[in-house]
Amino acid sequence: MRIAVLKGGRSLERQVSLKSGARVEDALERLGHHVVAIDVGADLVDQLIAERPELAFVALHGRDGEDGTVQELLEVMGIPHTGSGVSACIRAADKVLAKHAMRDAAIPTPDFHAFSETAFRELGAAQALPAVEDRLQFPIVVKPAGQGSALGIKFARTPADVPSALVAAFSYDRKVLLERYVAGRDLAVSIIDEHGTPRALPIVEAVPEQEDFYDFESRYEIGRTRFVCPAELDEPIAARAASVALDVYALLGCSGFARVDLMLEAESDELYVLEADAIPGLTETSLLPQAADAAGIGFDELIGRIVAAAAPGVTVA
Amino acid sequence: MTGEPPTHPQATSRRPRSAARDIERYGALFAERTKVMKSSAMRDLMALTERDDVISLAGGLPDTSTFPADSYASLMSTVAANSCARALQYSPTEGLSAVKRCIAEVMRAEDMHADEDEILVTTGGQQVIDLVCKTLLDPGDVVVCEAPTYPGAVPTFCAYQADVVQVTMDRDGMRTDELESTLDELERDGRTPKFIYTVPNFHNPAGVTMSLERRHEVVRIASERELLVLEDNPYGLLRYEGSPLPTLRSLDEEFIIYASTFSKILSPGVRLGWTCAPAPVLAKMNLGKQASDLCSSSISQYFVSAYFESGPWENYVRSLIEIYRRRRDVMLDALAEDFPREAEWTHPEGGLFIWATLPDYIDTTDLLARALEDHVAFVPGRAAFVDGRGGSSMRLNFSGVDEDLIREGIRRIGEVVREQVELYGTLTGTGPATRPAVRRDPVRVEARPGAHDATHEATHAPTHEPANILPLRRKRA
Repeated sequence: MRIAVLKGGRSLERQVSLKSGARVEDALERLGHHVVAIDVGADLVDQLIAERPELAFVALHGRDGEDGTVQELLEVMGIPHTGSGVSACIRAADKVLAKHAMRDAAIPTPDFHAFSETAFRELGAAQALPAVEDRLQFPIVVKPAGQGSALGIKFARTPADVPSALVAAFSYDRKVLLERYVAGRDLAVSIIDEHGTPRALPIVEAVPEQEDFYDFESRYEIGRTRFVCPAELDEPIAARAASVALDVYALLGCSGFARVDLMLEAESDELYVLEADAIPGLTETSLLPQAADAAGIGFDELIGRIVAAAAPGVTVA
Repeated sequence: MTGEPPTHPQATSRRPRSAARDIERYGALFAERTKVMKSSAMRDLMALTERDDVISLAGGLPDTSTFPADSYASLMSTVAANSCARALQYSPTEGLSAVKRCIAEVMRAEDMHADEDEILVTTGGQQVIDLVCKTLLDPGDVVVCEAPTYPGAVPTFCAYQADVVQVTMDRDGMRTDELESTLDELERDGRTPKFIYTVPNFHNPAGVTMSLERRHEVVRIASERELLVLEDNPYGLLRYEGSPLPTLRSLDEEFIIYASTFSKILSPGVRLGWTCAPAPVLAKMNLGKQASDLCSSSISQYFVSAYFESGPWENYVRSLIEIYRRRRDVMLDALAEDFPREAEWTHPEGGLFIWATLPDYIDTTDLLARALEDHVAFVPGRAAFVDGRGGSSMRLNFSGVDEDLIREGIRRIGEVVREQVELYGTLTGTGPATRPAVRRDPVRVEARPGAHDATHEATHAPTHEPANILPLRRKRA
């Protein structure tokens, strides 16, 4: 099969995407496909017209690749693609939309309030911040609505931290959310479609190695976080996490594969969904491949399954 | 959904390829020192600064486009005609005599004397830092350096698992009073730094120059306490105003490991630098270099020596000084024009960098993400610290792009800074103009210099008033 691997692009997650893309290309070649690598830029449509792929493997992360933009183009051009469709991508990429959908569907997600930059600039939303802080209670996590990596995520411990945290988050998006901080364990449930039915893979837990981080981002630095898969969880909790993640997957309309991030609150043992990632990383250190591996699904087979889910006629390698 | 992975028919044959197994396997092999790496998010951001459509004020690049292509061709022909076989061969670890003579000439231009046997030719100045660490550091040993320090030294210090202690700078360079108190404090803990790392001239990234008084102080402290000082002087000959100050080595050779490079006066592409150090240290560094790369490129060494024979090498440096001075002035003017009043920046008398500091509520790593949307880039200040400081500062390079691009680049950065200052004012109800600027970064020299002369004077005025001092945070790197 002639498959175009779309990677790179202009998002802040370009480097991760290039790594994901390169691994996907290797796997597809080993699976016997004809691979065309496309670093997504201004000539994307021209390249797709010239290459005429039978399928596009979208290995893009962040803006354009994960928010439905590229998917829309592919759908217009009649090129089937891996992963979720336009609407699911739009819903998952926008944390605010996703969280509203979850709340409406009674899926637990930490309390939050979201504001656009214009709300502050033109509607005096700053006056409402004390009320927001009262409702959410400190510490509060401030994040851009549409940024996939840890960039721009700040941790406000006092009211004085909030304005600069907002300024930082607005560096990435015109919309930001303030979210109640859930203290507890950081879990990721990866999901892949198996013969048309989504299946949750073993849960990965991110365990911080040290607690003396000076900002929120440091938690994600190499050497500061250890990933455990399968996470050491009691069976009922693991089952509940998988079930909630599958609910989110269905709610947002994801297909092919995705990852859902949750917190297991230490105090209450309650699970809260933070977000869903429509195109999770596929690098050596990414969580989805780790989870698949723990389920006995090697990388090539994982990629084969993602392709099969997108192009049902293709045999899984 | 517990720990028990479901079985799969192909699991056994696939497992050797598996990511988790690879991570586990290689993870167990990696040395401790590989674990101290910079944030991947920051690295990913920095990679974006190299895009073609980005005006990058982030690099530390000299402008090699000013070197005439025909000179390059003729020098390479000379190398081919006169020394082809030798240029293609290994050369002595310590470097070719011909190159050492060139080095001695360059050092003479800064009033230093070095005999051939005192010089070790290296693969760029960066290798000197590496060799000094390799020669002197055991894991956990203390290195004292400036705050901020050269961002390229941070990964080297970290790779040797140094405990990096940063000493605040002000307009006169490293604060020697703080240096002494830091050394006292370390001594009380029974610790002695293996060396002090400093860039006295046109500091990268701070853009300030160590005053003569401080130079004497550093040399005195080193001598009294018998401490080695690594004096990194890549930019000394790129002075755009004021009078040259003596290098630390020219004040006292005994405890100084001197490092410099051809990168800024000829080409970084030749990858040639050098060091002069006390004889026993130099001998160990030579052994270290042997183990690292046997010798620096023979081709480059013959190229450099042919270049020095072809005419006065100072002419090209003078042409660079003219170009860079204009670019610096353009950047300073643009900063005065386009940066909001809450910003401050240094006024470098030479070198390649200006260090700008914004109000502490602006995080320059996040600002870079925003600036990249407008296709412009700089280095976030945090890269120059090991302890998370520098969050609201940025390094701006003025040598790598032309004057129009500098103007446009600063205009774009100024716009996003202004946007954030205004937003902060809206969020706090203070308005950007009324809020007193509170800062946490150590090097801020001039706030809103309206004219160069005034700034210049202020920068030069001998002052003993210390800049803001931060309690030193210690962190094992």
